[in-house]
Amino acid sequence: MPAKVYAYYPGCSGLGSSKEYEQSTRAVLKALGLEVQEIPDWSCCGSTPAHTVDHRLSSALAGRNLAQAERMGDMAGVITPCPSCLTNLKNAAHHLHEPAFRAEVNKLLDRPINTVLPVKSVLQAIYEDVGPAAIKARVVRPLSSLKLAPYYGCIMNRPPHIMQFDHHEHPVAMDELMEAIGANVVQFPLKVECCGASYGVARNDIVMKLSGKLLDTAADRGANAMVTACPLCQMNLDLRQGQINSANRTRHRTPVFYFTQLLGLALGMSEKEVGLDMLSVDPAPALTAPVAVPAEATA
Amino acid sequence: MNTVNLTQSYDAEFVHEVEAATGQVLATCYQCGNCTAGCPYTFVYDIPVSQVMRLLQAGQKETVLSCNSIWLCASCQSCTTRCPNNIEVAQIMDTLRHMARRKGFAKAQRPVRTFWDSFLASVRKHGRVFEMGTVAEYVMKTGRFWSDVDLGPKILPKGKLHFRPHDIQGKDEVARIFERFEKEFGPQSTQEASHAR
Repeated sequence: MPAKVYAYYPGCSGLGSSKEYEQSTRAVLKALGLEVQEIPDWSCCGSTPAHTVDHRLSSALAGRNLAQAERMGDMAGVITPCPSCLTNLKNAAHHLHEPAFRAEVNKLLDRPINTVLPVKSVLQAIYEDVGPAAIKARVVRPLSSLKLAPYYGCIMNRPPHIMQFDHHEHPVAMDELMEAIGANVVQFPLKVECCGASYGVARNDIVMKLSGKLLDTAADRGANAMVTACPLCQMNLDLRQGQINSANRTRHRTPVFYFTQLLGLALGMSEKEVGLDMLSVDPAPALTAPVAVPAEATA
Repeated sequence: MNTVNLTQSYDAEFVHEVEAATGQVLATCYQCGNCTAGCPYTFVYDIPVSQVMRLLQAGQKETVLSCNSIWLCASCQSCTTRCPNNIEVAQIMDTLRHMARRKGFAKAQRPVRTFWDSFLASVRKHGRVFEMGTVAEYVMKTGRFWSDVDLGPKILPKGKLHFRPHDIQGKDEVARIFERFEKEFGPQSTQEASHAR
């Protein structure tokens, strides 16, 4: 049986604003034995801006990376940590199966795409290839002080006919992984609501309202932290939390982790190794909060 | 209440064009309002998404292509996911943006467009987006010098933002994607992007 190796697409934000996601993702994939090879000389997927200009342009930008992956040889598929990259790669892959569309996209590329590899998120690969049970068995530091609101963001699972993973209204993959590492997961009804996306710069008011609602709801549900799988969601909720507090007159101090950071900690990695120092809101109080002991245990 | 005189303003060609570009049958929308109910952006829209769908059925080209809503849709896919008739509403909103750019209707929400165009200009130049450069370019083009200055002290000490782009070897190859696209499908669609370097 050939070795199962994924072509890895890091995404631009992993080089900058979501460095800690990238760092913890690589560390966790390695620790879990999921083998990846970075796509050589990968380029930007075009993110939201490209698909608002044209779907052929967007698919060509994403497609160049699929073509690069195709040339890597026998790969099990392409995986990426970022949902926005995932959306573009998956949309491109989906529509490239239509011959007329593929011909138009290929006209834009130096080297045409022949075989389209399957595309998955890192979350999906960890959930399906390793799974919560196997992770539970490997935990050396249960994170039982955490009460987490799991936030998937809007496009990780939608639209379902393209994304084909988990549930489009009530996804559970991240919930189960977090329970496996001993964290308490709260019922969070806004799992797939939008955080305000890339409007933080041009229309800050939108992010203040939508991300504010997410933070309010997480607090209402008793969460002492949030966990995400998306660089943009994390940035809006964490880096902009001060702006949100000022705009909405709230006083949230809710750390917003990447799920890979928490997996890494539970597997015994250091805080430095998973980049906890790169978060804006101090995560220490949530990680060291006294654990509520169930009533029957004290009786 | 706004009234629409269909005798004078129904644009059949526009309806066909949207249907051809999206592969969706506009007549299948029966105005249940599920898309609007789930849309997180209705509070900033000038026309709620279900009304955009209705105006499309009525062939109201100018109203639809010049509205704010098409520039404020974040493609969160709530509408598409919840449509009982499987209409890809978010894809229609995307297509309306494409058409608004090409047909010269893209006047609304300029800062949003400028941000997207600055992003693409960066990709075109470096092969990967250069975050710091994108924001700097946006600030220069919009004159919004106060945008996020408060975030600098939070992010810079963490070493998360770079002052230099990560140019890739194949950056010319990426630039050629944009060039071929403009040649093939018209420069007007990425016009702001091509000026923004």
